[in-house]
Amino acid sequence: MSSTDDYQPLHGADHAPGDEPARGREIAEGVLGYLIGLGLAILLTAVSFFIAGTFLVWRPSVPVALVVLAIAQIGVHLVFFLHITTGPDNVNNVLALAFGVLIVMLVIVGSLWIMSNLSQNMTPMHMPMG
Amino acid sequence: MTAFQAGAGYGDDRPEQARGSAAIVLDHTDPASKRIIVGYGFWIFLLSDIIMFSAFFATYAVLSGETAGGPSGKDLFDLHNVAIETACLLLSSFTCGLAAIGARAHNGLMYYGGMAATCVLGLGFLAIEIHEFVGMIDQGAGPTRSAFLSAFFTLVGCHGVHVTLGILWLLTMVAQVFAKGYRADILRRVLCFALFWHTLDIIWVAIFTVVYLLGAGQ
Amino acid sequence: MLGKLTWGAVPFDQPIPLFAGAFVIVVVICVLAFITIKGWVPYLWREWITSVDHKRIGVMYVTLAAVMLLRGFIDAAMMRSQQALAFQSQGYLPPEHYNQIFSAHGTIMIFFVAMPFVIGLMNIVVPLQLGIRDVAFPTLNSISFWLTATGALLVNISLVVGEFSRTGWLPFPPLSELTYSPGVGVDYYLWGVQISGVGTLLTGVNFVTTILKIHAPGMTYMRMPIFTWTALATNLLIVAAFPVLTATLAMLTLDRYLGFHFFTNEAGGNMMMFMNLIWMWGHPEVYILVLPAFGVFSEVVSTFSRKPLFGYRSMVMATMAICVISYTVWLHHFFTMGAGPDVNAVFGVASMIIAVPTGVKIFNWMFTMYGGRVVYPSPMLWSIGFMVTFVIGGLTGVLVAVVPADFMLHNSLFQVAHFHNVIIGGVLFGMFAGYTFWFPKAFGFRLHEGWGKAAFWCWFIGFYLAFMPLYVVGLMGMTRRMQHYDVPEWHPWLLVAGFGAVVVLAGILCQVAQLVVSIRHREELRDLTGDPWMGRSLEWSTSSPPPAFNFAVLPHVEGRDDYWRTARLAERGLGPRVEPTYKAIEMPRNSATGFVCAFFATFGGFGMIWHIWWLVIVALVGAFATFVVFAWRDRTEYEIPAEEVARIDRANRRARGEALATAEALS
Repeated sequence: MSSTDDYQPLHGADHAPGDEPARGREIAEGVLGYLIGLGLAILLTAVSFFIAGTFLVWRPSVPVALVVLAIAQIGVHLVFFLHITTGPDNVNNVLALAFGVLIVMLVIVGSLWIMSNLSQNMTPMHMPMG
Repeated sequence: MTAFQAGAGYGDDRPEQARGSAAIVLDHTDPASKRIIVGYGFWIFLLSDIIMFSAFFATYAVLSGETAGGPSGKDLFDLHNVAIETACLLLSSFTCGLAAIGARAHNGLMYYGGMAATCVLGLGFLAIEIHEFVGMIDQGAGPTRSAFLSAFFTLVGCHGVHVTLGILWLLTMVAQVFAKGYRADILRRVLCFALFWHTLDIIWVAIFTVVYLLGAGQ
Repeated sequence: MLGKLTWGAVPFDQPIPLFAGAFVIVVVICVLAFITIKGWVPYLWREWITSVDHKRIGVMYVTLAAVMLLRGFIDAAMMRSQQALAFQSQGYLPPEHYNQIFSAHGTIMIFFVAMPFVIGLMNIVVPLQLGIRDVAFPTLNSISFWLTATGALLVNISLVVGEFSRTGWLPFPPLSELTYSPGVGVDYYLWGVQISGVGTLLTGVNFVTTILKIHAPGMTYMRMPIFTWTALATNLLIVAAFPVLTATLAMLTLDRYLGFHFFTNEAGGNMMMFMNLIWMWGHPEVYILVLPAFGVFSEVVSTFSRKPLFGYRSMVMATMAICVISYTVWLHHFFTMGAGPDVNAVFGVASMIIAVPTGVKIFNWMFTMYGGRVVYPSPMLWSIGFMVTFVIGGLTGVLVAVVPADFMLHNSLFQVAHFHNVIIGGVLFGMFAGYTFWFPKAFGFRLHEGWGKAAFWCWFIGFYLAFMPLYVVGLMGMTRRMQHYDVPEWHPWLLVAGFGAVVVLAGILCQVAQLVVSIRHREELRDLTGDPWMGRSLEWSTSSPPPAFNFAVLPHVEGRDDYWRTARLAERGLGPRVEPTYKAIEMPRNSATGFVCAFFATFGGFGMIWHIWWLVIVALVGAFATFVVFAWRDRTEYEIPAEEVARIDRANRRARGEALATAEALS
């Protein structure tokens, strides 16, 4: 069984998704990265909870704001926790993620568009409630 | 790195670089290292899992208004609990990151400490969630009450099942390192576990935003 | 103790399933007894059941597909004969039974014939074409196969214990809900498909990783053979679509088992959401099936035209375009469900657009043949048959993509004829071409060509006889899945269709004969060089069958169709004369994990179907324990010493050299 260390990024090779950026980095640097990510995420989460409940913000904009904040939080996770960067060694990882996001968009937006269109086109009182 | 993955035959146990030109830097055609292969494969699997969740999300979105005369999200959701759950999971992502650094550095304190903290926080999350579910069922707002509730329990419950399986996996990884040390294949599994755990937090961001924050406000 | 299971579950009162089930049980027992008496069990366990070798797993997949093709065809023959007879009569199949038969036919053909066939061919060929030793996750590959086999087993058990689903190959609610399908039929379907779906998803992950991350040195993406490109597109679609199937079937399962209300009539359920989700999977699924068939044709047509494939780049782009667009057309399966004209129009146009890259492919194949020195062994016949047949099927597809036309034709036999046209003409012909083309590589001897040609003509003629009348009858207004009818104009057409099924049966018998004869005469049909067809891609550089490690030394690739280049150099004596430096090779060890997992999955599925809850718990614990045991292994690889590698490779080179010399001497 191989016990050889296979972390060492080879010249021109890809980076495994989720892996620490480089072997040689200090533990402290790594922890700092996670701390920054944690801090940003806490901030964004707190803002989300605040906006959801407050009347200081124009209410109709709340759903959009929450979605934007959620996307930002996911971005923080991707960058600081999952180490997905835009470097050339991460291209395959980013492409896979982009593919996943495309499919998720098609699933959710497609379903919502179709189902709302269907219910608009159905005659009223078509489905008794309860 | 094993000869199997590296393609032995050229007297080297690193993947052989194609001869000559600089163009290979971007192409890197040789078999990738095992860690990259395993990490990428698990990444693809996680994307498929996210797509599965998106199907549950879409269903929840479509059925969120179908309360069949019963309670809606506004009536049921307690945002204080959600805030605590969120804090648990977010912190557990952080501690999981510490554990990953510890594993990489073969540092027992960071690894075992990080994993223990992640486990405790994860169990805390589950405890609150189960409490919430039981409470709702007791109120007559169980998943069989309406389509909205079916969709809610399934989406949030599916995430909870993933967290449960994650904790089982966490315990297995702790046992493996304890029994066999920081072997390369075990470290690859720790990498996969970390990917999994962070992704669960990403999905939770979507859940608490779309289900709880938007749901409670309607 | 045994949940809902009682002796009443065995169909003692229904002669057809009773005799069919008894027959199958007798055959299975005889086969098992034969194997045991001959002492083959240790060999089968060691070399096949616990194998993690992609070549062996691929062969097992194709074998499963072939066996299930027989069962699915028998269902089809029963349907055709019922419809031929049931003019102003009840025929011989009562409705409850007929409904199970068409449901089983579709389920088996899609999930347990087409999918395993496609995945099997990809398993055998893709690592060889990439110039590597195995897929990224060999044990996972084994698990995938055995989970698929579990699904097939569960569906077949329903013949003898209980009943099968009556809801068609996709279980639309509310018919599939507990209220209207209270029996175990839908549950057999759900667990069989769900379990095998997990296997398929794992295959998707495995192959995407393999194709994107593991290549022989020098094999850039744009040097990969087109079959590998189509395999990549297919597996990307599997990763993107199968999770939706898992989620949707899970929701229906929750409705049935726990009283949830996703798709029920009451409490706010929305059964249209089921259609939406299931077709979101269902449409990519058919492209998952057909893209590898396109890949096969690219390989076959270029090989037998003795020319590089025309328009390689456009083929790659067309393949990836089909991959993406196929995820944007799913609504065309339910134009009539009530969406507005704007939504319908968008999906209708998208459905027409997706025909364009396929058209590009057809032209590329034709231009490959043009100016080539074309020969016509049976794989080439299947390819030409495909080109004609699939174009017709594709045209009818574009026809029904026109929404107003679909409003008349939806759920008629026209629709049935269309999808059989493209699945048989596209997928099945492609699989048969690939089977014939790569059989020598897998087994070391060719298939008998005469029987192969006979099989092709019977299938080709039989297909047209069986399905062209269905277009006519569909245009006349006949709905699908009819157990009986009394419209006289339809009857003659359905008689012709019934006769067509008989001709297809002749084709299948020819294929069985071909296999038997080829095995009997395998020494005369032996492939000694590893390259019986003058192939172009790397799999033909190995011996037939390849050694376990595929390549003694990973090939260094310098262009597309690299093997063609080196083989022609070798013919002229210009190849490298120096023997490569042989090194020891580490290969993954066999593992019983796949088989044991499937064992627990079978009992778990059966327990869920019959509500035997203790059995389910045992199965879940067992499956988890299996994973932990697997994870606790200390030795995961075994080493083939360099001398052994050298010995095998020298023997293969010598055999190839001698065979080439003999061929030269004779020519």
